[in-house]
Amino acid sequence: MSDSADTPTDDTFEPTEPNTGEDFEPVQVFPDEGTMDLRPGADSCTKCSTCDTNCPVAEVDDSFPGPKFQGPEQWRLKQTDEGEEFGIDDSIMDCSNCMRCDDACPSGVPLSQMHNEARGEYVDEEMSKLSVEYWRNRILANYRTSAWFASKVPRLANAAMNFGPARWVMEKTMGITSEREFPAFATETFREWWAARGGAATSREHAREARERMGESRDADKRVAYFHGCYSNYNTPEVAKSLVATYEHFGYEIVVPEQRCSGTPMFANGMLDDARRGAEVNVSSFADLVEQGYDAIASCTSCSMALRQEYPELFDIDGIEDVAEHTFEAVEYLRIHEDLEGELAGSSVDFPDLAYHAPCHARNQGLERQAVELFRDLDGVAIEDVGESCSGISGTYGWKAEKYEKSMAIGEEMFEHMDAVEPETGLTECPTCSMQMEHGSGYEIRHPLEVIDAAIAEE
Amino acid sequence: MAIESDVLVIGGGLAGVTSALAAAREGASVRLVTYKQSSLRQASGLVDLLGYVDDEAVVDPYDAMDKLHDEHPYRLLGRDTVRDGMALFDDAVAGYYGEHTDANALLPTHGGTVKPTARYPAGAAAGIATDDRSTLLVGFETLADFDAPLAATHLDAAGAPFATDGVTISFPGDLRADAKVTRYAKLLDQDSDVAVGGRIVGARTALADRVKAHLDGHERVGFPAVLGDDHTETVRATLEAELGAAVFEVPMGPPSLPGLRLEDRLFEALDEAGANFEAGNPVVGFEGEDHIDHVLVDRKGATVPYSADQYVLATGGLVSKGVESTRAGVTEPIFDCHVPHPADRYDWFEDGVFDDHAFARFGVDVGPDLRPRDPQGEVEFDNLRAAGATLGGYDFAAEKSGSGVSIATGYAAGTHAVEDLT
Repeated sequence: MSDSADTPTDDTFEPTEPNTGEDFEPVQVFPDEGTMDLRPGADSCTKCSTCDTNCPVAEVDDSFPGPKFQGPEQWRLKQTDEGEEFGIDDSIMDCSNCMRCDDACPSGVPLSQMHNEARGEYVDEEMSKLSVEYWRNRILANYRTSAWFASKVPRLANAAMNFGPARWVMEKTMGITSEREFPAFATETFREWWAARGGAATSREHAREARERMGESRDADKRVAYFHGCYSNYNTPEVAKSLVATYEHFGYEIVVPEQRCSGTPMFANGMLDDARRGAEVNVSSFADLVEQGYDAIASCTSCSMALRQEYPELFDIDGIEDVAEHTFEAVEYLRIHEDLEGELAGSSVDFPDLAYHAPCHARNQGLERQAVELFRDLDGVAIEDVGESCSGISGTYGWKAEKYEKSMAIGEEMFEHMDAVEPETGLTECPTCSMQMEHGSGYEIRHPLEVIDAAIAEE
Repeated sequence: MAIESDVLVIGGGLAGVTSALAAAREGASVRLVTYKQSSLRQASGLVDLLGYVDDEAVVDPYDAMDKLHDEHPYRLLGRDTVRDGMALFDDAVAGYYGEHTDANALLPTHGGTVKPTARYPAGAAAGIATDDRSTLLVGFETLADFDAPLAATHLDAAGAPFATDGVTISFPGDLRADAKVTRYAKLLDQDSDVAVGGRIVGARTALADRVKAHLDGHERVGFPAVLGDDHTETVRATLEAELGAAVFEVPMGPPSLPGLRLEDRLFEALDEAGANFEAGNPVVGFEGEDHIDHVLVDRKGATVPYSADQYVLATGGLVSKGVESTRAGVTEPIFDCHVPHPADRYDWFEDGVFDDHAFARFGVDVGPDLRPRDPQGEVEFDNLRAAGATLGGYDFAAEKSGSGVSIATGYAAGTHAVEDLT
C-alpha cells in the first residue's frame, strides 16, 4: 500500500464535524432514509469520558449511566442484530437535557442530539400512553397550554396553583412535587401589553427617534424579531419590556411574530411530535422575517438554544437552517452589533448587588461569562459568579416528584455559593434556573436585560 | 462591529490560559476563546518541565535543556524565560509544590511507575517516591482504572525505597461499577450520608473506617485522585485525622479531578487579572494577508468577527486538533500556518509503538519570537504568535515536557504580544 493519487485530498476544516473529513465507506444501518444518521457521531467518540465528568446527574446519582452511555454507546449497541431487540434503556428519562456534554466533547460527538433521539424513541415505543408519567410529562412539557389558560384568569390561577390541598392532590395523583411554588402569572401578558402599546408601528417610531439621537440614518436597517417564549410572556413580562426598551434605545425596531413554545421542555420529555408542531409555526413565522433581513433574538437562553441548535439537529423544516443561523441571545446580539460595553462602562445604575448563575444552555452558546464581564465595570452594582454547577432544575425535571431530591442535590453547590457571596439578589437568563435559585435561597431573581434597561434609563 | 480586545488568545489549555494571564497581568485587554472545554480536564494535574532527554531520566530540567536540539522550544526561549514562565504559574496557582528546587520530584503514577515532574498538587505531595515511609495504596472495586495491589507490586519492582502494599476495598455506599469519578468526589465533597452495615454515616468517616482494617502500621495511604473537588483539602485532612496517617492522591488518567482543579485555579486567576474568556464556539477563519485584521468565530452558524491588535494561537497539537493530518498532509487549520513534515506519509512514523516518531514533533515552525514561519523561513503574520502543543520540534510524551513548554511559550507569547501593542 502506498499513497495513492486517486485519494481525494481534503483540506477543508469543518470544526463542527472534525472527524468526518476522512473518507470512509458509509454503511447503511438504518431501515429507512428518513432517520438521522448518527453514525459519524458514534464513531467519533474515543470514550475519553469527559462528557461524564460534566454530567450533573451522574455526579449525584451513580445509577445514572451518564451521557457517554446514553449517546454513542447505546447507539452502537442497538446497531447489532441482538441489540435491535432491546429498547432504549429507561435511564434516558433521568437525563435532564442540560446539554453540558455537548460542549465538553473534544471530538465533536453530538451528544444531546443522540439523547434527544433516544428519548423520543423511548417515549414513542416504550412508555405507555396511558401511564400517569406520560400524561404528567406531557402536561409539564406543554406549559404554554396551561399558561394560556391561567393567563385568562391570572389572579385565580395564582391562588389555585399554590393552594395547599390542591398541590397535595397534584403530587399524589400526578407526581408533580408539592415542594415548589408555582411561578405567578402576570395580570397582563407581554403580548397584551405590546398590542396595547401599538405593536411594531410604535416600536418603529421609537427606533427612529433613537437613531436620530445617535446620529444614525433614520431608516437604518436595524430590525429584530423577538422570540419571547412562554415565560416572559405569561410570567415575567418585565423582562420582555426591558428588552423592548433596550433595543429601541439602540435604534432597533422590533416585531413580535406569532410563536409557540420553543420546544425545550418537549425535547427534555421526549415529546418530539409536540415540539415539531411548535417548530413548524416558529420556523414559518421567523423564516419569513429572516428573509426580509430581520434577525431573531430571544431573552431566554433555552429558547435561543432550541432555535439555534436543536431545531436543525432534530427537524427538517423549510427555512430551519436560516432561522438557526440568524437567531441570537438578546444581550449577545447587542454585544456583537453595538458598543454595549462602552455604553455601560460610562453608566451607573441603582440596582441591588447580584449573585449570577450561568444557565447550562447559556454555557452551550458560549455565554457563561457574558453578564459578569458586562456588569463588572458598571457603577452602582456588584456582580459575583456563583460558580459553574448546574442549578439542578433543568426545566420540568425538578418539578417531577421523583426527581425533586436529585434536582436539589445537584443545586446544592449553587445554593452554597449563593450563600457564600455578599449579594442577596440573584441574576440569571433562564426562567427555570431562576425558579430554582429563588426556591433554594429565597432571593428575588432578575434578568440581565433588566440591569441594562435600568442603566440606560439612568442616563 | 467586531468584538474587540488588545490580545486575542485562541485555545483554552495550559498554553492559552498562561499567555492570556501573562498579557492580562501586563494590563492589556485580553479575550480568550476556546472551542471546547480546556484540555486541562484530561491532564494529570502534575506539571512536568523536562522528565527525560534521550530516554535518560532528568534530575535537573534546567541543566538538561542544554542537551536539547537548537530548535526545541526551550532552546528558542532560553532558560531565563522558562523560569519566568514557571514563576508566573507559581504565583497564579496556589496549592502546588516543587517550587523550592530546580530538581525534579518523583511521583508514583496509577500504573505503579515513578514519574519525574517539576510541580505537583498538595494532594499528591505525601506520595513522593523519595520518601521512605511505608505506603498503603487503596483502590476501589468499582474504579477499574486504579488496581492498587498491581500498582504496589510495580512500585516494588521499580525499586521504590519504601515498603508498599495494595488493597482493593468497596467504596462505602456500594456505588455502581461505572460510577463516574465525579460521583466519588461529590460524595466526599459534600460528606454525604452513605449506608454502611445498616448505619448511616458520612462518606469521609465511612471511607476511613473501611481503610483502617487494612492500615497495619503503614505511615501513609494513597487513594485514586477522587478525594473531592471543591473541598479536597478538607476531605484529605479529615481522612488523615481519622486514619492517623498521611494521605495522598495518586494522579489518574483522564478525566482527572486534579486536572479539573488546576483548570479552576487557572481560570480564577484569569478572572482576577480582568481577562475575558468564552468557551463553546470555534474560530473558523480570518481576514488579512501578512497581518491578521480579525478572526471569525462560528456562533451556532452565525459568523461573528473578533478583532485584536495581537493574536496568540494555542489550539493544541494533533490530539486537540490544533494540528490536523489527512492522507494529503499536515496542516494548521485556522491560519493555514506551515507545518513541516515529510512528503511521504510513511516517513511520519516508525514501526515500534515507542520508537522515535516524526509525527510526535509535528507543529508550526517558529523562531525565538514564536511567530509562525512559512517554508522559506519568513514570518507568516506580523501579529500572530503560537504557543504550546501547536508548536513543532518537541515530543512532549517522550520528554515529559508538555506542561513546561505550554507554560514557557504561553508566557513568552503573551508577554511579547503586549510589548508589540500599537
